[in-house]
Amino acid sequence: MTTTEMMTLKTEPFVLNFGPVHPSTHGVYRMRATLDGEVILDIEPVVGYLHRGIEKLAEERTYSGFIPLTDRLDYISPMSNNLGYCLAVEKLAEIKVPERAEYLRVIMAELQRLANHCIAVGSFLNDTGAYYTPFMYAFREREKIIDLFDMVCGQRLTYNYMRIGGVGQDIPDEFLPALKKLVEQMPRWVDEYDLLLMQNEILLARTKGVGVLPRETAINCGISGPVARGSGVNWDLRKADPYSVYDRFEFDIPQGETGDCYDRYRVRIEEMRQSLRIIKQAMNDIPAGPVRADVPHLIRPPKGEAYAHLEAPKGELGYYLVSDNSIAPYRCHIRPTSLINLTALREMVKGWKVADLIAIFGSIDITMGEVDR
Amino acid sequence: MTVALSGKDIASQLEEKFPDSIEETSRDCLVVKSDSLLAVAGYLKDTESLAFDYLNYITAVDYYSYFEVVYQLTSLKHNHSVIIKSRCYGRENPAVPSVIGLWQSADFQEREIYDLMGIKFEGHPNLKRLFLWEGFQGHPLRKDYL
Amino acid sequence: MEVSSDREYIYTSSELDQQEGQLIEEVKAGARESIPDPDAWLDEEVKRSIMLSSVDAVLNWARRSSLWTAICFPACCAFEFIAAEGPRFDMSRFGMEILRASPRQADLMITAGTLTWKMAPVVRRIYNQMPEPKWVIAMGACAISGGIFRSSYNVVPGYNKIIPVDVYVPGCPPRPEALIYGVQMLQKKIAKERPIPDLPQILQRGKKE
Repeated sequence: MTTTEMMTLKTEPFVLNFGPVHPSTHGVYRMRATLDGEVILDIEPVVGYLHRGIEKLAEERTYSGFIPLTDRLDYISPMSNNLGYCLAVEKLAEIKVPERAEYLRVIMAELQRLANHCIAVGSFLNDTGAYYTPFMYAFREREKIIDLFDMVCGQRLTYNYMRIGGVGQDIPDEFLPALKKLVEQMPRWVDEYDLLLMQNEILLARTKGVGVLPRETAINCGISGPVARGSGVNWDLRKADPYSVYDRFEFDIPQGETGDCYDRYRVRIEEMRQSLRIIKQAMNDIPAGPVRADVPHLIRPPKGEAYAHLEAPKGELGYYLVSDNSIAPYRCHIRPTSLINLTALREMVKGWKVADLIAIFGSIDITMGEVDR
Repeated sequence: MTVALSGKDIASQLEEKFPDSIEETSRDCLVVKSDSLLAVAGYLKDTESLAFDYLNYITAVDYYSYFEVVYQLTSLKHNHSVIIKSRCYGRENPAVPSVIGLWQSADFQEREIYDLMGIKFEGHPNLKRLFLWEGFQGHPLRKDYL
Repeated sequence: MEVSSDREYIYTSSELDQQEGQLIEEVKAGARESIPDPDAWLDEEVKRSIMLSSVDAVLNWARRSSLWTAICFPACCAFEFIAAEGPRFDMSRFGMEILRASPRQADLMITAGTLTWKMAPVVRRIYNQMPEPKWVIAMGACAISGGIFRSSYNVVPGYNKIIPVDVYVPGCPPRPEALIYGVQMLQKKIAKERPIPDLPQILQRGKKE
């Protein structure tokens, strides 16, 4: 065949299944991608392989008994899930949380953000091809944070630490010195990681300009969190709608300009630095006092409904609770950050190749526990 | 601080433009009739002073005699938010117009409500089950399931 | 997503969904009873003090010291498994650092997460694709009995309704140390196996037929 004949080769699109069991789909996520050769024409996400019916189970459990189930939603950052639920119940029942508990909540939430971004950045780099090395580096740092959580509540993954009206138990004496040590060592590690990767040619070639999400699309699709901030949306719930005691701390909100994968990666690295800043300030100002308000175990909030949201590491996580004055919620709806962030995936991948699909998908950072609930 | 607008503020603006579209107003939310939902939502999105460009969430609650679909809208520019509700009376074939044309984030959330509650969204291009498989009998989140 | 229907084997997405739904209903209908432990007979054999030959011992040692895991990570326990693979609780000292993407190259499946009815046919397919000899470790409370989600409408009460399980590791999630203990129990179980069949018996059987 001559060259001109080859250029006008007739092709047909075909459907490729990125099955639920795949090394880089961050859990059981399935996509049916329509491809023309290597170029992606369209994708159709299929979710529900981890749908455990948590919203229905909420109607069977008591208000306090539901907190362990919220741990299993976004299982990489359980402290934020617990905190969101407790904020919703406290809004519904109008409970005031003591000061020490508020500071402890902020410290735990920011430590959780650090741990989450370790995994997010590590697995994103895993997807772009740095096979497991940065992932294991990130895990090494995450283990230090998990040791702190282990010291406080005895668990490594599903903490069940926040309670309605405060936190579960007070921190032991060795916690604050250990936290101080971590906060001194961690910035150096973040800088080292950044330096290794920031100017790396392969990373820049694979992520700069790839998977651009324009600002207007991000707002229309309801995207939140580092994905939205990477596209230039200046919206962080810790500044726009402060909850707990976040209005007492000074920190910046990092933003990207173009909305490509590289910007999202940089936003996460910067957020890690800002989290360390918040923890330093909270650590110095923490007051003494009780860690839990006087709330009955079988709480019966008055009839009504409430929605409370917080800036979880992945975006806006919210709980909508309806109560009918009994010991179990009438309806509990969880605003799924990751499911809504997936809405933009289709727009972002059209026209790119299969390898870019994996990189773009990794940069959104989803957890199937939250998508499927 | 995001100001949660009360239903009464917006109700007066809406009554002029769309008479007979509001069912009830309260301090927290605004209940709109389902056939004028699209018009009201479009007005809330496009008016400069309101500019609700961000849909926080859509959810549905099963109160035995009716289903209630709840929307929360936020304006990133003015930093205020509002809660809109729409009711479907009766348990057979509840249906509500789809807002996917206005806010793309309604895509998966409306499919989820159809899957778990059985409420149809008219105008949704791809309304099929999201979490459960094709052939699953019933809608689990309804109060009369199991 | 519509593709032109020139060829018979290109399906529309709704047909694919319907096929999947039928498969799930079939699996759900057939999964009422738990599948018993496949190697339960091993303990009785050992009581009758069967002697393992040296070839058996060598083969068992080779198999248990290089278990390659197939990737099947639905939920939260996956992160404890990855932490066990990580630099702190190093699993590669047991020969298990490889995580094979393709089940055809794996011999151990660590089921780390809740199993739902929608995922059940997929897990069964992955299990069937693994070549013999293969073992399964059920990790976590959800894998043993459905765990905290047992009363849900979409959760299978335990992996042993779908595939046979060798070792159960409780915990929610089990600590990496507990998982390593579970792996060591599996290694002890593999050490008792008889990979080489009894040659004189087979020859006898051949003569009779």
